[in-house]
Amino acid sequence: MSILTFRNVALRYPARPGRGGAGEELVLDGINLQVASDELVAIIGRSGSGKTSLLNLAAGFIAPSAGTIALDGEPVRGPGADRAVVFQDDALYPWLDARDNIAFPLKLRGIPLAERRARADALLARVGLAEAGDRRIWELSGGMRQRVGIARALAAEPRFLLLDEPLGALDALTRTRMQEFLLRIKAESGAGAILITHSIEEALLLGTRIVVLSPNPGRLTAEIEAGFNAEVLNGASVSAVKASPLFKRMHAGLTGLIHSGADEELAA
Amino acid sequence: MTLSTDVTSLPEVPAKDPPCERRPLPVAAISAITVAVLVGLWALAAAYALVSPVFLPSPRQVVVAIYNLVVTGFVDATLAEHLGASLTRIFGALAASIAIGIPAGLAIGTSRIGRGILDPVVEFLRPLPPLAYLPLIIIWVGIGEASKITVIALSMLPSIILSTSAGVRGVSKDHVNAARSLGASRRQVLSDVVLPSAVPSILTGIRIALGAGWTTLVAAELVAATSGIGFMIQSAAQFLVTDVVIAGIVVIALVAILLEAIARQIERRLVPWAPHR
Repeated sequence: MSILTFRNVALRYPARPGRGGAGEELVLDGINLQVASDELVAIIGRSGSGKTSLLNLAAGFIAPSAGTIALDGEPVRGPGADRAVVFQDDALYPWLDARDNIAFPLKLRGIPLAERRARADALLARVGLAEAGDRRIWELSGGMRQRVGIARALAAEPRFLLLDEPLGALDALTRTRMQEFLLRIKAESGAGAILITHSIEEALLLGTRIVVLSPNPGRLTAEIEAGFNAEVLNGASVSAVKASPLFKRMHAGLTGLIHSGADEELAA
Repeated sequence: MTLSTDVTSLPEVPAKDPPCERRPLPVAAISAITVAVLVGLWALAAAYALVSPVFLPSPRQVVVAIYNLVVTGFVDATLAEHLGASLTRIFGALAASIAIGIPAGLAIGTSRIGRGILDPVVEFLRPLPPLAYLPLIIIWVGIGEASKITVIALSMLPSIILSTSAGVRGVSKDHVNAARSLGASRRQVLSDVVLPSAVPSILTGIRIALGAGWTTLVAAELVAATSGIGFMIQSAAQFLVTDVVIAGIVVIALVAILLEAIARQIERRLVPWAPHR
């Protein structure tokens, strides 16, 4: 089992004009977090709480100002295929068709054309797009594009999937379908996952654990175990799970937790 | 309050009168009419001798001149031979400017050192009219083909370099980060993400370069050549053969329009994804 560890991680950016003037702005502070490969940890918090910065640190796109991030004890020193990122706007390559987008990480590894096409076709089938391999990216719907993006990340055979609001740009109906899809595909892949989301409902439904970040600077304020994803994987319908009293209670509790202090901030 | 679902009880909306359909004239038709009017005015001016035929031959005379250029030629070469000489120069120069311009643009777009070295050269070259440095090029490389190809290539270079560097700098950060997170090395990011992403911009640069090169070509041939469309026009002007001068101008314009259309077609075929980025 793989483990991604954040130990006393802090992140500072150069201060923006009007936000503290000269010097540095503390974006994340004192982050201690462990994510195992059998988990899907949902990170949730208000705007400015540093959710995406946390994901960028895990991906290795940026380096922490203090503390360490390690994958199975090895410090993370930059991006790598062991931590594949799925982006909100899918970041697919429009000059490639759906199949070649999925085969992209295989090409990077020097896998021969025939083999990478076969593996891409298998992944296309796995994400329910067996017939869409030859289609151009712009011919696909938002949900289909995200499936291709997830399949591309899986082609890299990562130890962790880093999901940066992957369902954020989808309409409500597609989003609900994609939530269940995401859950199943993550479970099949055996990779751990960190999910950044603005949706409390999505975090509760998908996360084995929910981590709440408070803003300015982003600090880890709560970690909550949730088991609703197991219910969905065991066959319960998503709508039934969302309608359960426990789900509603936890939703209300998380809403209160995330928005506590927001009213005072607005008044100020 | 209850909501009725009985659609038969809904009030009928009176049908609107069909709008008076008057289809607007297509742009192509407006352009064709404009050209026809201009040629008509030209024909009238020639027919009523408003301008001396030595200075302004009639459209018919120009068409006859084009026919004669195709069949018998002018100054020891047919129109095809003059055109062939000009196109050889322009495509030779285009190949040279692409070979130099794309790597230079990549260097400017991806490297601080590359930008530091090449930016002043491009900024010096860009505003210079090619005819200003043509005499120097002739002194350096002689009056043969090399001087003309060099000067045309120099006029094409800035647009190819600048469009390549703009394309490289405009690459989506998410596209680059996605590749890095999927295991791409720096070289792979450049070859598999940055370069393909910059292709639409590079093709636009090549199209602009072709226009600049065509302008320079004619000017270069006016000054120092023994064949080519520009040379043909210059020779005809010296003997006041204005129908050949105008025929040459018309051919230049038609070839430029044709090259532009071909370039656009290639762009559409090579980068159909460009509008969908």
